[in-house]
Amino acid sequence: MPQTRIEEEHSLTSPVSVHDLTVAYHRKPVLWDVDLDIPEGKLIAIIGPNGAGKSTLIKAIMDIIPKVSGRVMIYGKPFKKQRKIVAYIPQRESVDWDFPIDALGVVMMGRYGTVGWCRPLRRRDKEKALDALDRVGMADYANRQISQLSGGQQQRIFLARALSQESTIYFMDEPFASVDAATERAIVQVLADLRSNGKTVIVVHHDLQTVNEYFDHVILLNMRVVAHGPVESVFTQENLKKTYGGRLTLLSEAADRLARQGTKL
Amino acid sequence: MTGGHSLSDASLTLPSLEQCIRVLTLEDYNTRVVVLGVMALGAAAGLIGTFLLLRKRALTADALSHATLPGIAIAFMVMVAMGGEGKSLVGLLIGAFVFGCIGILLILAIRHTTRLKDDAAIGIVLSVLFGLGLCLLRIASEFPSGSASGLGGFIFGKAASMVASDALVMAGVAVVVLVATCMLCKELTLLCFDEEFSSVQGWSVLLLDIVLMSLVTVVTVVALQSVGLVLAVAMLIIPAASAKYWTRRITSMLIAAAIIGCLSGWLGAVVSALVPRMPTGPIIVLLCGFWFVISFIFGSNDGLLVRQFLRWSLNKRIARQHILRAVWEVCEQHTDSEFGVHEVVRLRSWHTRTVKRLLRKSVAKGYVARKSPTTWRMTEKGRVEARRVARNHRLWEIYLINYADIAPTHVDRDADMIEHVLGPELVEKLEKLLVAGDEPKSPHPIGASG
Repeated sequence: MPQTRIEEEHSLTSPVSVHDLTVAYHRKPVLWDVDLDIPEGKLIAIIGPNGAGKSTLIKAIMDIIPKVSGRVMIYGKPFKKQRKIVAYIPQRESVDWDFPIDALGVVMMGRYGTVGWCRPLRRRDKEKALDALDRVGMADYANRQISQLSGGQQQRIFLARALSQESTIYFMDEPFASVDAATERAIVQVLADLRSNGKTVIVVHHDLQTVNEYFDHVILLNMRVVAHGPVESVFTQENLKKTYGGRLTLLSEAADRLARQGTKL
Repeated sequence: MTGGHSLSDASLTLPSLEQCIRVLTLEDYNTRVVVLGVMALGAAAGLIGTFLLLRKRALTADALSHATLPGIAIAFMVMVAMGGEGKSLVGLLIGAFVFGCIGILLILAIRHTTRLKDDAAIGIVLSVLFGLGLCLLRIASEFPSGSASGLGGFIFGKAASMVASDALVMAGVAVVVLVATCMLCKELTLLCFDEEFSSVQGWSVLLLDIVLMSLVTVVTVVALQSVGLVLAVAMLIIPAASAKYWTRRITSMLIAAAIIGCLSGWLGAVVSALVPRMPTGPIIVLLCGFWFVISFIFGSNDGLLVRQFLRWSLNKRIARQHILRAVWEVCEQHTDSEFGVHEVVRLRSWHTRTVKRLLRKSVAKGYVARKSPTTWRMTEKGRVEARRVARNHRLWEIYLINYADIAPTHVDRDADMIEHVLGPELVEKLEKLLVAGDEPKSPHPIGASG
């Protein structure tokens, strides 16, 4: 594996800088040697085909899944020390929506981190949760049980939960996946608000049509970073071809072989 | 045992009324101990079982309780080897606890080091450790000193052997579980709902899982004596599963599960005090099952009756809307609001009797009035409602033709299925999309169809 950069090159001002990150599932590598410095205050899309490791990248950044190698810095510090400024919106399908809780209850979970162990939520937390619900246009649904909400409304509940955390960096995993038009508009509005407040938003995105319209920066990913930078200069036909074209057969074959032989990376 | 007459009777006869009253009023000291202890246990199991259910770890608890058997047998042998009676409850429960933990660790080990999934890991650990336990129990019964005869009681539970100190232990466990669920309610809720999110927020998923499973282990171990290890899992799962039929909030679900567990424990202890040779575990579990069936049928949240009622009232509404739309379409063809049954019959392929029955219902609702034996008239209220219904139907038809590309000859039936559930919100959207002020016209010729 090529050691392309050394640690000192890491930007202390970058909200998220990833250095030589390799991630494997069941010993099979899904991301190779990712190096990234994500710019501050921008809307960033992560684009790539299925199985490119888009969700894996953000999950590895947030320590949800273990890294094989590499390190991640959030404003120059390890993720563990910066949890308070990071908010995460998982994929909607990742939870069981039949859970006995109402919309407000889910949004309040965003406040748990600031409350701490064994303490009840304060009135302030409830107000912030209600405010977040209002920002995604779901104020009328606060007391609705979550299984009674439509898919788009559930997505907005997740968005509100992240907003109630009042973080600086937002990771969103496919927030636009199969949502209705109203939800899409609500999300776009929230994204614009976040950017104008100087927040950094990293979105796993699947719809190539809307990249130009919604995002400033783009990371093209297919098991490794194909290209990243401003949408105007990076989101080109040629780069897309590189990302989506079948040029990586060798890399995935090598990964399969590693998995089969059980070689520890 | 402190001389409980009603508990040690050997015959299997129906209890007399006097006996029933004695038990129900907790007159006997022994009954009092058993009933209160099992009630405390039921409440504790209901509380922690709710989180276990929501964490989807019900079967892990089953493996855990089965895994305790070798612990019990080994603890007995160790105590005898050290020169004791081998019957100290505390010692046996410590053995059970240790092996319960070993069982869980084995499941985790299998899950993390092999490609086997949870269900297989649970199946392996449960059966192997239970088999080991049965063999060790046989060996223990051959021990020269000490008697292992009471150990079999742990398999199916024998509440009658409980003494006051056991009930105190159960009450203590119930208090611990109650305090823990109050303190950690939000943490455990988060863990059960969204594990990834909780880990990003900095809660240790592993630590929370350990806390949850430790509480489950403690409750299971304490339940061994009264319910038995084969069925201990029922006390954890069934009250929680029943509670789900009554509420949509986790706090009220916790309370409901605790109450159901408590009731099952109480009734179970009472019944087993009255029918001496019956093992307590199965009786308590049957009662849990009884509450589950009750909840499943009568539960206010998605219970069978509620669901049936909702379906029945929807069907009623649909039938009403169908007849109104039919009448509306008849009246559209002539200018006044009067019509005959034969006209409706001609338009739809319904039976005359059906039409008359539906019309009579509409009369009761005030939509239609009967003018003479053959002619009927729509009231003003009926006109408003019928117009709305017909309009929804047509809006949906036009939408299907224009946007879903369904052939005009097919839309009538499709619209029939959907139009009755369109809310005002959706209708407004359809109007914005389709209507430029005018009334929508039917996109297909009106005739004998739906």
